[in-house]
Amino acid sequence: MENIDDNREIILHGIGASPGVCIGHAYIVDTEGVDVVRKYHIDSACLKNEKNRFKSAAKKAKNELRAIIESTPEELRQHTNILETHMVLMKDKMLYGKIIEAIEKEQINAEWALKKVVANVQATFKNLDDSYFKERASDVGHVSDRIMRNLVGMDQVNIKDINKRVILIARDLSPAETSQIQLERIKGFVTDRGGMASHTSIIARTLEIPAVLGLDNATSIIKNDDLIIVDGAFGEVVVHPAEQTLEQYYNRKISYEKHKAVITQSGHFTAETSDGFHLKVMGNIELPEEVVTAVNYGSDGIGLYRTEFQYLSRPNFPGENELFDKYKDVVEIMAPKPVTIRTLDINGDKAVAYTSDAEEANPALGLRAIRYCLKKPDVFNTQLRAILRASAFGNVRVLFPMISTYDEIIEAKKILNKAADALYNEGINFNENIEIGIMIEVPAAAIMADVMAKEVDFFSIGTNDLIQYALAVDRGNKDVAHLYQPLDPAIIRMIKRVADAAKANGIKAFMCGEMAGDPINAPVLLGLGIDELSMNPQTIPIVKSMIRSLKIGDARLFVKDLLKQASAKEVIKLVQDRYGGILSEKVYKK
Amino acid sequence: MGNQFREFSRDVTIINELGLHARSAAGIAKIARNAKSNVWITKDRKKADAESIIDILTLVCAQGSKITVTVDNCSDIHILDNIVELIESGFGE
Repeated sequence: MENIDDNREIILHGIGASPGVCIGHAYIVDTEGVDVVRKYHIDSACLKNEKNRFKSAAKKAKNELRAIIESTPEELRQHTNILETHMVLMKDKMLYGKIIEAIEKEQINAEWALKKVVANVQATFKNLDDSYFKERASDVGHVSDRIMRNLVGMDQVNIKDINKRVILIARDLSPAETSQIQLERIKGFVTDRGGMASHTSIIARTLEIPAVLGLDNATSIIKNDDLIIVDGAFGEVVVHPAEQTLEQYYNRKISYEKHKAVITQSGHFTAETSDGFHLKVMGNIELPEEVVTAVNYGSDGIGLYRTEFQYLSRPNFPGENELFDKYKDVVEIMAPKPVTIRTLDINGDKAVAYTSDAEEANPALGLRAIRYCLKKPDVFNTQLRAILRASAFGNVRVLFPMISTYDEIIEAKKILNKAADALYNEGINFNENIEIGIMIEVPAAAIMADVMAKEVDFFSIGTNDLIQYALAVDRGNKDVAHLYQPLDPAIIRMIKRVADAAKANGIKAFMCGEMAGDPINAPVLLGLGIDELSMNPQTIPIVKSMIRSLKIGDARLFVKDLLKQASAKEVIKLVQDRYGGILSEKVYKK
Repeated sequence: MGNQFREFSRDVTIINELGLHARSAAGIAKIARNAKSNVWITKDRKKADAESIIDILTLVCAQGSKITVTVDNCSDIHILDNIVELIESGFGE
C-alpha cells in the first residue's frame, strides 16, 4: 500500500455528474473490505473453535442482509432481489464449504481462509468470456466483505443512520442503497464507479446535489471524516484542501449559487421577444421527480416526458396502475400547463433485456419505438390506457415516437381509439379531446409532413435522431462526429419544411431535441416558425433570456439569409456574427 | 443406457431472457440444497454442482442453452422435477 501523507492536498478527477460545489466531511459507505489480513496457524485443538468463529460471522452477515430486506418498504422490494441472492451465496458450497475445508486442512485462521477462497472464486469469474458472468466476481466480493467485517469485528456502516450533513463516498450506490439514504443529510456524492447515466447521477441532478462519479479509487484514497471539496461542474474532488484552496472553492461555491439564483429567478419570466411574440419554453423529463426541477427553472410545461425509465432494470413490464400513478403525479403538478407524454421508445439506445428476442445488428434502424409498440399491442395498450386515465387530471398530450410512415399514424391512432372506447365503456374518466402528436425524427416523416399534418394536432421535432438519420452520422464515432451539425443547411431546410407544413394545416410545430436547448439556436428556430421549445430544465432560464433579447421580425428576415447558405460552416459563421454578441453580452453576463 | 439413466436426468432448455444469472442460479441452488445426494447441471460436457450458485454461474448459460439436470439418487427425483419445472417456467420472470 502506498503511504499517503495525511496533510497533503490531493486533487482527483472524475465525471462531473451533477453541478455545484460542496465542502464537508467524508462519510465512507463501503470500503474495499479489510485491507490487511493476517495469516496465522491454528492448532489442531482449536480448529473447531476457528470454524465456529467463521460460521457465526457468516450467520451474522446473513442476518444483516435479512434485516435490510425486511426494513425495505414493500414498493422497493424489487431492488432487494440481489440481496436475497447474496444470502444464498453466503452458504454456497464453493465459498462456505471451501472456507471450512481450508481452515480444517491447512490449519489457517478464518480471515485468511476467506481471503484465499474468495480470491480463487473471483479469478474463475474474471476468466469467463461473458461480461455479465465476469462481473459476478463483485457479488462474491460484497458477500465476503460483509463476512470479513463480522470476523474482524468492524462496525457495519448503516446508511440509514447517517445523522450529520456529510459527503457520501462509496464504490457504487445501488438503487436499494440510495433508497435508504435520507437525502436531506447528503451534501454531495462521490463514487468510484458510475457515469452520467447511472442511477446516482440522475438522483443527484434531480435533487441538485453536487456529484463526481467514476473516480476509480476515491474509496481507497479518502478516509472517513476527511475534509473534502466536491466540484460537480468540473468533476473535481479535493482531499485535505489547503487553506487557500478552501477559500478559492468557497468563493466558487458562493458565485455558483448566486449565479444559479439569478438564472433561476429569471427563468420565471415569460420568453417574449421585444416585439411581443411569446415562444413557449418547456422542460424534458425522465423521472416523475424531475418535474420539481422543471417547475423551479420556470418551464411552461413538459414538452417531452420520456417513459422508458419505468421499463428499465426490471424483470417484467410495468402494469397500468403503476404507470398511471407516475403520469398522474406529473400531470397534476403541472396542470393547467401541458404535459407531453411520449409513448415507449425502447430498443434504440436503450435496450431492454426482456423485450429483445434477438440481437440486432443495427438497432437505430431496427425494431424500436412505435414499430415495437405496434408489434406488441398489449404493451402499447397498457401504456395508452395509463396515459388516457392521467389525462383526466390535467393537460395531457400523447406523442408517438419514430414515425416513418403515414400508416403507422393511422394504426397507432386506431389502438389509441380502441383504448379510449374501452375506458369509456368501463366508465373511467379521460379527456376525449386529448391532443395527439408525432415525433418528426425520421427524414421520411419530415418529407411527408404536409400529409401527416392532416392526421395529428402537433409535430415535435426530435433533432438528435433527425440529424443522425438525415446526415447519416453516428455521433459516437469520432471519425465522423464533426459532420453532426444542427445548423447544417439540410437540417435547417428540413425544419422549415416541417414548420411550414404545420402552419399550412393549422397545427403546431414543437422541438424537443438538444438543438432546442442551445441558446445560440434560438433566433434560428424562432425565425423558422417553431412554436415551442423543450429542453433539459437547467437550460430553460438561459434560453428564455436569449429569446427576450430577440425580435421575431428580425429573426424571420435573418432565416431568409440563412437559407441561401451552402454549408454548415457558413451558417454557423452568420449566426455567430449576428447573435454571438447578444449571447455573450446580454445573456451570459448577467 | 435405458430407463434407469433417463429417470435420473432430464434435458432442459433455458428459456428466460437473462439465462442462468445470479437470481435464477440462487433459485436452483435453494432447491438442490434439500437433496439427499448430489445434484448436477451439465452443459457442453462441463459439470456443475447445482447446490452452488458459483458453480452454476461458471457454466455461463445464456438464453437458449441446453443443459442436463442429474440427480445421483432416485429418492431425489422430486428435486429433479422441481428444478426442471423452475427452469421451464422461465423462473417466473
